[in-house]
Amino acid sequence: MSGLPHESTYEPTTAVGKWLDARLPIVRMLYAQAVDFPTPRNLNYWWTFGGILTFMLVAQIVTGVVLAMHYQPSAEGAFDSIEAIRRDVNFGWLLRNLHAVGASMFFLAAYVHIFRGLYYGSYKAPREVLWILGVLIFLVMMATAFMGYSLPWGQMSLWGVTVITNLFSSLDSIWKGLGTTIVEWLWGGFSVSGVTLNRFYALHYLLPFVLAGIVGLHLWALHVVGQNSPTGLDIKTSSDAVPFTPFATSKDAAGLFAFLLLFCWFAFFLPDYLGHADNYTPANPMVTPPHIVPEWYFLPFYAILRAIPSKLGGVIAMFSAIAVLLFVPWLDTSRVRSTKYRPVYRWFFWLFAFTCLALGWLGSKPAEAEYVFWARVFTFYYFAHFLIVMPLVGWFETPRKVPGSITEAVLAKNKGAKLAPAKS
Amino acid sequence: MKLVQPRWRIAALALVGALPLLSGAAEAESGHGAAIERQDWTFGGFTGQYDQAQLQRGFQVFQQVCSACHGLKRVKFRNLVQPGGPQFPEESVKALAKAWPYQISGELDDQGNPIDRLPGLPDPIIGPYKNDVQARAAQNGALPPDLSLIVKARNAEQPSAWYNQWLLMLRDIAIGYQEGGADYVYALLTGYHEPPADVHVQEGMNYNVAFPGHQLAMPAPLSKDAFVDYQPESGVKGSLDQNARDVTAFLAWSSDPTLDARKRLGWQVMLYLLITTILLFLVKKKIWSRVEH
Repeated sequence: MSGLPHESTYEPTTAVGKWLDARLPIVRMLYAQAVDFPTPRNLNYWWTFGGILTFMLVAQIVTGVVLAMHYQPSAEGAFDSIEAIRRDVNFGWLLRNLHAVGASMFFLAAYVHIFRGLYYGSYKAPREVLWILGVLIFLVMMATAFMGYSLPWGQMSLWGVTVITNLFSSLDSIWKGLGTTIVEWLWGGFSVSGVTLNRFYALHYLLPFVLAGIVGLHLWALHVVGQNSPTGLDIKTSSDAVPFTPFATSKDAAGLFAFLLLFCWFAFFLPDYLGHADNYTPANPMVTPPHIVPEWYFLPFYAILRAIPSKLGGVIAMFSAIAVLLFVPWLDTSRVRSTKYRPVYRWFFWLFAFTCLALGWLGSKPAEAEYVFWARVFTFYYFAHFLIVMPLVGWFETPRKVPGSITEAVLAKNKGAKLAPAKS
Repeated sequence: MKLVQPRWRIAALALVGALPLLSGAAEAESGHGAAIERQDWTFGGFTGQYDQAQLQRGFQVFQQVCSACHGLKRVKFRNLVQPGGPQFPEESVKALAKAWPYQISGELDDQGNPIDRLPGLPDPIIGPYKNDVQARAAQNGALPPDLSLIVKARNAEQPSAWYNQWLLMLRDIAIGYQEGGADYVYALLTGYHEPPADVHVQEGMNYNVAFPGHQLAMPAPLSKDAFVDYQPESGVKGSLDQNARDVTAFLAWSSDPTLDARKRLGWQVMLYLLITTILLFLVKKKIWSRVEH
């Protein structure tokens, strides 16, 4: 792994260490990337969410593997096996709550991470590949979470899967029979059944490891181009940077534990708050729940889906809402990265954040007159933000004066300070 | 560059603060659908725990009233003995199981013939019907659901204006309130009233203010005149309201039997995390004090 030009200060001291270093310099590599790695000295706490997300992925895999030892992926056994986990497995209730709430917290952290990237322009050159890998991670996360929600095989599991898989049947309007064929292929039959549950379980177990692989690439790309910073400036001289350990490590640890406070608050005191009561009723293909709603983290996209009057159009809009993120590095025409120095774009950024929250709220409401109207308004802005605002504002906006370097920005903030050399 | 004058900011904050009050008026006006009122549950919020005596009374109501039609199959007789629940003495639960009016069926004797047998401690608390078809046949087409998860499987939305909902949400998160299901079950049990003059109640249905659509097949299980009397030494007088509260608490425990242990462990975890977070923050401060940042 190459990387931002920096020396690895690792020197093996023991005989075993020297022996290994000559054969597989893995400790040297880890030391270079996790200890010596130069980190901008002005990172704020929003930058701790990368580490938080890594922790969440590992936590989900660990709790998930243990749950899998007790779970039965069949239409007859799934619901009962989860009740047995809640009631009879030692600390099964804890594992199950950590895993279910963990999915929500994973998405919460991912959304903070994405919005941090959008605010500080972390997608701009040379971080395009890093950003695109992030969008892929988001997409795989969504697939994993969607399949995971089907596993309890409650009413919302069954009907959520039915609604979402049925979206593909809209392809029938392009090519007769195409959509139906795809849907039946996904289901493994002519309706959502235990067969569907079984394959979703297999994929739900597989995808987190795919995720781990893409996260590895994401980190690799990050360590090649280096971290962005709140000023949007890259590290230019050694005075701009501090070594990753102990500086970033200590900050990441504090951020992670603060996040765990929130996570555990939900896991211990509100484990069912983020879920839906209907999923405590076993799946019943004969009874449709009055409102079929996805988990909260899908609600903005669900609102976009329902905002478009045509079924195929809605499906295209929903997938485009994620796909458009792939093009953000080229849609943003601004010369400066950080929104901190963009007096006009800043307003649009917060309008976009509000739009996402509003779409989320509208997604939880029934698709009735005024809700649909507002969903259309906000869906319009969602796309307009990327396709119109980002290119145009970057064009005509006059950015505020950007400091010459990270060092200069830090000195300007702490007037009269002298930069002490950073040593680990 | 100050775009917003300070006094306007204050006015805006005051307005936001007053929104919850305004929304109360909005609710009263909208008037459709009965709002499910919140009750004061001992197990509600982040400090809440079950009241053992209430769970025992609740079981009595379940046994004497609900179990005539409903099962509680995910709760085993042995669960009634465990801590964090009604915690009856083991001997009395053994006797209770032996006297349970419904037998366990589907097992075979040594000759391979199907038998019915009396339940014991490891067996589920079953209802009168062997399957759903039998239940519907006996109940005029309606299916009395198993009550093991009924409290978790229901919820009560607090109707409120759009600008107010996020405040209510933050409040519930802050106090750890997820007892909407219990509020609903209590409202349903106490929600049987004479139908308004303009409502035509269908044959075989009953009017209930809390039920969506207001008409349900279940007749009022408790009433002002027919309720369960408690033992005099319990110190609690039976009434429609008291029965409804107690059986709802018992059903909440049936849905979530590990609540007590969960919240107790939760506090230990929160305390550990809080102290560790503070220490880590101080470590971070100390380390970063070496450099300008």
